[in-house]
Amino acid sequence: MVDLPMEPSGPKPRVRLSRANIMLYGILLLVSLYYLLPLYVMVVTSLKGMPEIRMGHLFSPPMEVTFEPWVKAWSEACTGINCDGLSRGFWNSVRILIPSVLVSIGVASVSGYALTNWRFKGSETFFTILIFGAFIPYQVMIYPIVILLREAGDLVTPIAQSANPALELLGLEPFGKVRIMGSLSGLVFVHTIFGMPILTLLFRNYFASLPDELFKAARVDGAGFWGIYFRIMVPMSLPIFVVAIILQVTGIWNDFLFGVIYTKPEIYPMTVQLNNIVNSVQGVKEYNVNMAATLLTGLVPLIIYFASGKLFVRGIAAGAVKG
Amino acid sequence: MSLISTETEAMHRQDRGAKKPIRLFRNLNAKVAALPMIFTALVIFIGCTLWTIYHSFTKSRLLPAPEKWVGLDQYERLWSTRRWLVSIENLVIYGACTLVLSLVIGFTLAALLDRKIRGENIFRTIILYPFALSFIVTGLVWQWILNPEFGIQSIVQSLGWERFAFDPLNNGQIVIYGILIAGIWQGSGFIMVIMLAGLRGIDQEIWKAARVDGIPAWKTYIFIVIPMMKPVFITALVMIASGIIKVYDLVVAQTSGGPGIASEVPAKYVIEKMFEAQNLGQGFAASTMMLVSVLVVLIPYIYLQLGGSRRG
Repeated sequence: MVDLPMEPSGPKPRVRLSRANIMLYGILLLVSLYYLLPLYVMVVTSLKGMPEIRMGHLFSPPMEVTFEPWVKAWSEACTGINCDGLSRGFWNSVRILIPSVLVSIGVASVSGYALTNWRFKGSETFFTILIFGAFIPYQVMIYPIVILLREAGDLVTPIAQSANPALELLGLEPFGKVRIMGSLSGLVFVHTIFGMPILTLLFRNYFASLPDELFKAARVDGAGFWGIYFRIMVPMSLPIFVVAIILQVTGIWNDFLFGVIYTKPEIYPMTVQLNNIVNSVQGVKEYNVNMAATLLTGLVPLIIYFASGKLFVRGIAAGAVKG
Repeated sequence: MSLISTETEAMHRQDRGAKKPIRLFRNLNAKVAALPMIFTALVIFIGCTLWTIYHSFTKSRLLPAPEKWVGLDQYERLWSTRRWLVSIENLVIYGACTLVLSLVIGFTLAALLDRKIRGENIFRTIILYPFALSFIVTGLVWQWILNPEFGIQSIVQSLGWERFAFDPLNNGQIVIYGILIAGIWQGSGFIMVIMLAGLRGIDQEIWKAARVDGIPAWKTYIFIVIPMMKPVFITALVMIASGIIKVYDLVVAQTSGGPGIASEVPAKYVIEKMFEAQNLGQGFAASTMMLVSVLVVLIPYIYLQLGGSRRG
């Protein structure tokens, strides 16, 4: 189901320009227009000035191209009292993205590897729970996780503070209360948890498709769990790692729910900040700035999508289980 | 495989009269490596779910607080709250329309793309790109396109139909359809990809046989191809359904639940009861209801899957 074979299987069209063919292309062109319309509207709106927006209509191309809305969206747009634009959200998203992608893929690939090559009693049961867990609505688990993260912070605090005398001696800043809830690490944890079902499935299936002889030969040569993982599995599985990275980067970048719940305003990701900018009630609505901000937020996944092509399709087809 | 080898090793050692290794420590590295997965499965997916279900029967408004068992009180209150009822109604309308439209549009587009056309890749890329965008971006773009002053409505009016009215985002009666348009735009490409993969899995011989028999293409699709693609349709159905129950960010971005409470959805109700209204018990009861609705879809699916594998 994952890979599309190259040859279409439908009936062969007989004549190049039959009436049916013209209809077919006509319909497809119209459909394409519908799908492209919002992107077009975003681009043209973001390049117009406000007076032009008020006078003209949605689809008219800009008479005077201006990049001011882009500049404003990036560095001046306001959310509440902060008026430093979307750039803050962008960098927050980057800071959330990098550790989340690395940790979630690292953890899930090792789990998939253990599930394929080092089965132990009950491992398949845990995996089944994991897969069906992917269907549980996040809303069911969100609050207990908030409590878990709070408690984890309380748990870590004395351990961290036990290092304080040493830190003071070194002239470093001592630890205060450690908070995991509302911090970057808490959000990374949540992304790792909820990325696990699909990623583990992805890696498990891929590792299972590798020839078993490789694993056996490495075992005979005395390689252990981690040796085989790092020296054989990872180098042989680069394509699936790329698919996983695409999946996670777009997924985490587009996340809104976890960002809004598990972080605080200073480290809100870009999607949350974008929503706050556009849907803020105070001030005059600047549609051009709003559309520039929207486009900026959509740019990262769009670039990944257009650059990765078939790999993206593979990623989402695998992500089908997650829905 | 590895399990067997370690077990035979252990047996050999026993033969030699060595101490039997403790079972827990066998294959220890793998167990340690799988700890995050075990933690996620047991603590998060099972533990947190049970925790929420348990607390939906208590009176907790704010935690930590003494839990007081109140039985089904929270559920009774939930089902007599107008906002929840509106949310459910919206979810049903949105869900039914999304299911039907996604399947129909997804399959039709896939069938069109499957007819050996030129530029298939370009068309597919165009139809699928919205799926890469977040619901927040989707919601905000469509909020702008459906803007009554500058959007579609004003354009049609300026073309001459001056009494044309299409302002879903400010009309509580039809606001959910405004969200539907955006949701379909974002998600239908994905269903198309799944359907296309399914169509490519159909044997070429079927088409040849149908052509020999002189059956028109549309009849072949409806009476032969679609029944053959049942598993693909079921997969698509489960995916669409699990996406529907999660709809949250799209509504937040496009309408914030408005006008009034006309476009509220259950997921939004839960989040707001938990994090804004400080009414945890209601949030837990509402989220448990969401879980129940997922199970209603999922259990027949699991049953079908297991039944299918047993048969074949």
